Amino acid sequence: MTSESQREAVIEVQDLVTHYGERQILDGVNLNVYKGEVMVIMGGSGSGKSTLLRHLLGLRKPTSGSIKLLGKDITRVSKKEMFAIRRDMGVAFQGGALFGSLSVGENVMLPLREHTKLDENTMRIMARMKLEVMNLAGFEDLMPSELSGGMIKRAALARAVIMDPKLLFFDEPSAGLDPVVSAELDELILRLRNAMKMTIVIVTHELESAFKVADRITMLDQGKILITGTVDEVRNSDIERVQNMLNRRPREEDVDTEAYLGRLTGKQR
Amino acid sequence: MAIRTMVGGIGRRTLRGIEEFGYITVLLGESLYWLFAGKFRHQPVRVPAIFREIMMIGVAAVGIASMLCFAVGVMLAIQGIDTLKTYGAESKVVIGIALSVTREFSPLIVSILVAGRSGSAITARIGTMVEAQEVDALRVIGVNPVRYLAAPIFLAMLVAVPALTILGDFMGILGGAVYSAVELQMSFGVYFDRTLEALAIDDIRQGLIKSAIFAVIIAMVGLSNGFQVRGGAEGVGRATTRSVVLSITFIVLADMVFTYFLNT
Repeated sequence: MTSESQREAVIEVQDLVTHYGERQILDGVNLNVYKGEVMVIMGGSGSGKSTLLRHLLGLRKPTSGSIKLLGKDITRVSKKEMFAIRRDMGVAFQGGALFGSLSVGENVMLPLREHTKLDENTMRIMARMKLEVMNLAGFEDLMPSELSGGMIKRAALARAVIMDPKLLFFDEPSAGLDPVVSAELDELILRLRNAMKMTIVIVTHELESAFKVADRITMLDQGKILITGTVDEVRNSDIERVQNMLNRRPREEDVDTEAYLGRLTGKQR
Repeated sequence: MAIRTMVGGIGRRTLRGIEEFGYITVLLGESLYWLFAGKFRHQPVRVPAIFREIMMIGVAAVGIASMLCFAVGVMLAIQGIDTLKTYGAESKVVIGIALSVTREFSPLIVSILVAGRSGSAITARIGTMVEAQEVDALRVIGVNPVRYLAAPIFLAMLVAVPALTILGDFMGILGGAVYSAVELQMSFGVYFDRTLEALAIDDIRQGLIKSAIFAVIIAMVGLSNGFQVRGGAEGVGRATTRSVVLSITFIVLADMVFTYFLNT
């Protein structure tokens, strides 16, 4: 493997600090994702991984820090530039987020309609091609409500890759799926990476699928990055919190008596 | 301590009110922007979407709106004839019905109906989409949610509510005519002749201006509550109720204000 400095970073996050209201969520996150790799962002609930994803997608404005996608700082670009960057990114949301009023085929075609001037037939053929890759051939006329959980995820993935994006984001691919379907989805992700040379960022809390698909893993805890490294580096890490996460151990926190009493009596915040 | 909590509460609520007003203003501005400028940015508001909304907001409400306005016309006739009997001026009821239906009742009843029927549906639909991350999905695809979701609803509302109001004008007057025919043995021909004599263009226009203002209120309150939904299915339910109550409140208040300005 080449050294990190020689590889081209397509996502560069620097000193990202974010707040939700007055609560701080991310606290100085630094992260590079290199071209063609599968980066898995892991962390428990409340670790800030979903927030990090929302920032990477340009859905929220950070308090400070910068996020560069494909070399452009999305916290500072104009709307027009952001629109152009969006052509190069695809997103599959946790619940699929397919539009309930459109058929599966129409859902997959929507990005084409908005970003290209292709004629109806070409768009339909392109949509069918992607659905074919996702093993959803023949389902394009169904409505999203008629699909099973696994099918919804695959349809969402088809919509995410319809523009052949350079960056693919996937939120909780295995959430709510049985192990077999979940494993199939992992295979699909790897196939996409190999066939289409995409850079893929996956947010998940599922250890098994993370280890299977990841080139590198970043582990978040309480708004900070614990470790970023290859699967083996993470497995062999001697950081206690990382091992807690890997071995599903409950975390033990030192109790600050003073603060504890303060909280109980409600006198201190 | 109690006073501080109370004052703090008032302050917070005021701030939230101002914030919400600002949100609605921006939403209104953006809707107008996309309706007019969308074409030039090659992201037009799609016409089929507008017609679909008009069907849902307007055409599907024709039956119920007609019935309500007819009933109001009959009610006005009953009350009017009963009151005017004291002065032996029953036949003047025609003027009263013509003016109050066109200026007041038709826009008000139609708007309250649409607020309850479509305002709530808009909040529920948009709110559900927010919760299912569909609005986020639109944004990451590069589709402005205001253009795609809000602008068609806004324009459809502006078409549908005044159109229903014109229908309501006619149905209200018809209601008055039917009751008068039974009670006063006044023929339809005479009734409608006198109605046309009593009505000026201005009366109809006043009703239509109001109905357009109410349409903006229903659309904006419904949309802003939908887009700001938080807290799952329960949140959607809460926002829906809030949307209807706020719409109707603002409609009645705006009615008072505009009636004053349109008549002085």
